[in-house]
Amino acid sequence: MRPFSYQRATDPDMALQALSAAAAANNPLTKATAQPLAGGTTLIDLMKLDVMRPAAIVDINPLARSWSAIEPGSDGLRLGALAKMSDVAAHAEIQRNYPVIANSLKLAASAQLRNMATLGGNVMQRTRCSYFRDVSYENCNKRNPGSGCAAMDGVNRVHAVLGTSDQCIATYPGDFAQALIALDAMVEITGRSGARRLPFADLHKAPGKTPDIETTLQPGELISAFSIPGRWPRSVYLKARDRQSYEFALSSAAVALDVHDGTIRDARVALGGVATVPWRAREAEALLKGQKFDDGLAQRVADAAFAEAKGRRHNGFKIALGKRVVARALQQAVTMEI
Amino acid sequence: MTAAAPEPKANMGRPVPRYEAAAKVTGRATYASDMPLDNPAYAFLVTSAIAKGRIDSFDLDDARRVRGVIDIVTHENAPKLKESKLFSNGGYAGTTIQPLKSADITHDGQIIAVVIAESYEAAREAANRVKVSYTAVAPSASFDSPGTTTAAAKGQNAQFKEDPEVGDFAKAFDAAEVKLTASYETPTQHHNPMELFTTSCAWMGDELVIYEGSQYVYGLKNGVAEQLGIDADKVRVVNPYVGGGFGSRGSMTPRTAIIAGIAKRLNRPIKLVPTRDQGFTIATHRAETRHEIKLGAGRDGKLVALRHDGAEVSSRPDAYCVGGTKTTTRLYACPNVASLVSIVRADRNTPGFMRSPPEVPYLFALESAMDELAVKLNMDPVELRRINDTNVEPIGGKPYTSRSLMACFDEAAKAFGWSQRSPQPKSMSDGDWLVGYGCAATCYPTQMAPSAARVRLQRDGRTRVEIAGHEIGTGAYTVIAQTAAERLGVPLEKVAVFLGDSDLPPAPVAGGSNSTASTCSAVMMVCDRIRQRLFKAVMPSDSLTDKAKETVGISQAPSTQAAKSDRPLDIEKAFDALGVGIVEEYGEWKPEGAPLDSFTAMHSGHARLVGGHQMKDKIAYAFGAEFVEVRVNRFTHEIRCPRLVGAFAAGRIMNPRTARSQLMGGLIWGMSSALLEATEIDERNARYVNDNLADYLVPVSADVPGVEVILLSEQDDHINPAGVKGLGELANVGTNAAICNAIYHATGQRIRKLPVRLENIEV
Ligand SMILES: Cc1cc2nc3c(=O)[nH]c(=O)nc-3n(C[C@H](O)[C@H](O)[C@H](O)COP(=O)(O)OP(=O)(O)OC[C@H]3O[C@@H](n4cnc5c(N)ncnc54)[C@H](O)[C@@H]3O)c2cc1C
Ligand code: SF4
Repeated sequence: MRPFSYQRATDPDMALQALSAAAAANNPLTKATAQPLAGGTTLIDLMKLDVMRPAAIVDINPLARSWSAIEPGSDGLRLGALAKMSDVAAHAEIQRNYPVIANSLKLAASAQLRNMATLGGNVMQRTRCSYFRDVSYENCNKRNPGSGCAAMDGVNRVHAVLGTSDQCIATYPGDFAQALIALDAMVEITGRSGARRLPFADLHKAPGKTPDIETTLQPGELISAFSIPGRWPRSVYLKARDRQSYEFALSSAAVALDVHDGTIRDARVALGGVATVPWRAREAEALLKGQKFDDGLAQRVADAAFAEAKGRRHNGFKIALGKRVVARALQQAVTMEI
Repeated sequence: MTAAAPEPKANMGRPVPRYEAAAKVTGRATYASDMPLDNPAYAFLVTSAIAKGRIDSFDLDDARRVRGVIDIVTHENAPKLKESKLFSNGGYAGTTIQPLKSADITHDGQIIAVVIAESYEAAREAANRVKVSYTAVAPSASFDSPGTTTAAAKGQNAQFKEDPEVGDFAKAFDAAEVKLTASYETPTQHHNPMELFTTSCAWMGDELVIYEGSQYVYGLKNGVAEQLGIDADKVRVVNPYVGGGFGSRGSMTPRTAIIAGIAKRLNRPIKLVPTRDQGFTIATHRAETRHEIKLGAGRDGKLVALRHDGAEVSSRPDAYCVGGTKTTTRLYACPNVASLVSIVRADRNTPGFMRSPPEVPYLFALESAMDELAVKLNMDPVELRRINDTNVEPIGGKPYTSRSLMACFDEAAKAFGWSQRSPQPKSMSDGDWLVGYGCAATCYPTQMAPSAARVRLQRDGRTRVEIAGHEIGTGAYTVIAQTAAERLGVPLEKVAVFLGDSDLPPAPVAGGSNSTASTCSAVMMVCDRIRQRLFKAVMPSDSLTDKAKETVGISQAPSTQAAKSDRPLDIEKAFDALGVGIVEEYGEWKPEGAPLDSFTAMHSGHARLVGGHQMKDKIAYAFGAEFVEVRVNRFTHEIRCPRLVGAFAAGRIMNPRTARSQLMGGLIWGMSSALLEATEIDERNARYVNDNLADYLVPVSADVPGVEVILLSEQDDHINPAGVKGLGELANVGTNAAICNAIYHATGQRIRKLPVRLENIEV
């Protein structure tokens, strides 16, 4: 860890000011010299590992007074960016009307981490690629642009099969983002020049030629809330992993369905653990709409979701696994009692 | 009685709570790096980013500029240290690779510099700023890498004396009615004890105190003294508590003498706290192994031929191996046996002991093969073990001192509900889950080593026991206190125990599950001497025969339980008769068959372990049987293990509570070694990839919802005075095979390579 200054922001303006003062250096957000601190469960770890080296930390936890509300309404749900993962997961109305959200949070990390971690920090968490997290490896395009990618031909069991580029195959590791992208969530962003709203699907950027740029968030901006239109009581989050708890997904599916008289009116499918960014499987959803469900359809949908997938030496299994996870999540969603 | 404190059966002590439980849960227990130091400087290690090659140069300018940096030690200015031989060649070291000696790099993560600063933070920051230029050479990472060399273990490892064999394997296998040939593989694993590999060194004049979690304070003291070229009497190692060892702290690592040398030069105490990932390369690991097993049997299931070939990876300079064929060739009756252990040299750090070093990998192979044979024979795997059970080991024809293997199988099978198993693979399921039952045998050699102890008794019954044993979480304080209390007839609360200090009377390495047997036998002997002195004081000597004079007060029974039935002793009366306030005795105990130099070796930090198959005219092992339920998800192929049941017999059980806890931890670890734990190696550069506790998977509570331990009553009067076989390493053996056997039962798929991950399942 390197020396850094620490400032506690007691209101949004103070936070934005502190962040944008340092933002001038014109780095991408991941390298910005000032970083907001929420639960710290990603940021502090990466600072200890010398992967992130901010000169200034702006503690935004005091903003929780206004930015941590959990507001279920008749036409949708609004979640403050500083709400804790554990509080949202345990919320009765979210469990009832948005099981995919509650479960994506409940099945993530550990109880201790969920008590610390915030929703805003959660969607901004960074990849678990071992080479990214170990600075003794020179070649990591995400950390060290232009240096190559150690994972490409290295140990890449947990790496992505969708949305990869020849520069980076790192998996987006989070769970909650799959629920957000599936449900067409919007992100509320606050910056020095005012507030803006963005489809959550436009927040993360695939690695392409610039894997160091992970989101469209600009240095000096903060996420203040997420809003989710509608209600999705028929929704599931299915997560396959090496151990029963406290482990990232090898493959996961967020599925939400609107079924009427046996016909699927609307369908949402998002994939976790297999892609470089939160991943919406729109081609797969298209196959479901207007159809009656059967296992054959589930299979076709799963195939469509992974049509573009590319495996490497150790992660090829994720394609077959991902398909089974999608198919099973669909079956569970169709048969769930609501 | 609760599940945590099982009701003692015959030949078991009381399940008293842990001696140090309150200190541990309240944080009062001081581990090595908690020890206060006077004005310490802090050390942080820089480790190599290549596995093979040379350091061309360091650029230290940036690092030196960090405020608070005192010194940066590299091979160019490191204190000169003497070499220490490998422990198996009469030395103390776990590796002969000496970092900071030259510019050469022989393994990933080798120590290449030590930054010393006024604070931990400054040292760590400066270490991050050290720039190194290397000339890298392509390393050989493991079995399949080009450039490795392979040779038989015999002849290069002094402790691996013989490849066991008997009869004519080739002929018998040829003629066998039923044959099995199968290959198995186990991965690299790391101990990852909670306590990091810390070291603090403080000099007072020419005397050195080392605070370091160690499983062998006498070994470390003598080893560091040898490397520094000073008298061992000038070195003291202190660690009243050790935050887990599992073998990783059994032999000396290079870091200790380096830190001691730097502390001397700077004339300041130095505290080193390495990181978790550095722990993967500055200490030892369990090497990856490969096996080929050939079994020949008659249609009746009787083994007629058994061959076990094992190969293990070691470092370039050191021929370390665990050689588990000593056990696998003796477990079952079989007239024709052959075996061969080979060592494959690669560009890796030297491996070392890890909980049940030989048995974990080697019994995985044998106990998997036994299950495969049972399938071929269409026989219940428990019955196959019964048919081949024996009271005489087949290689040397020596009798087991006691052997409760089948009793363990029967008890565990009953508790588990083995009779509910439908033998056909893929025949049991529950919703999304395919269900499989599997079992395997476990065994572990009974070992003892010379040990000393000092016991002091006061008139009011207060007792102080001193012995340089080790509390590595096993319950050493507790069982030693129980032994002294029972033997002297004083209340347990009055006994104070002092361990983990090389100024105390020597005890052996806390390894090979010998500690309880060795230290308690020594404590018993010394307590008996005290009783004898007291008895003599209250008995008119003319009332005794000469023989009785020799033995009065000494229990003739081998176990401490019998002591209770001896004549009660009125301690106060005896003290008054003696006219003293304190009675103190020091004694040195050695097991039957210990070599002549045992006691001198004990003081110079060489534990002379005897037991297992190396005893004269007999062989001593503890046994157990383990049953597991495995569930495999049809859709995700996730593998879970909701139930682990083990029954164990290990001679006298000193304390059913601490014994259960050890065995429970073992079962969990055994499951973990089958399904979770593996250190991944990047073959291109021979470096470890998942060197942290998020990626190196160990079970969480949700992975082990049901663990049941059954303790069998067993008495063995042919091993040691305490009657103890040792069970610390018994339960994590065979579990890996039981899991794979259960996976076969659940899915019909035989998996012979660990760990088993969901991508290995094809259903
Ligand atoms: C061992 C382990 C296991 C885990 N397992 C899982 C898992 O299974 N599934 C899963 O989903 N996650 C998992 N996680 C990740 C965990 O959920 C995230 O670390 C956590 O959600 C991050 O939230 P935080 O508030 O602590 O973020 P911080 O660490 O405080 O911040 C993370 C990043 O986001 C930025 N940031 C924080 N808040 C805002 C904001 N409001 N606006 C803009 N930027 C912001 C910070 O500057 C920082 O760069 C695991 C983490 C660990 C350590
Ligand atoms: S996959 Fe991405 S994060 Fe990982 S080493 Fe390659 S470039 Fe770096």
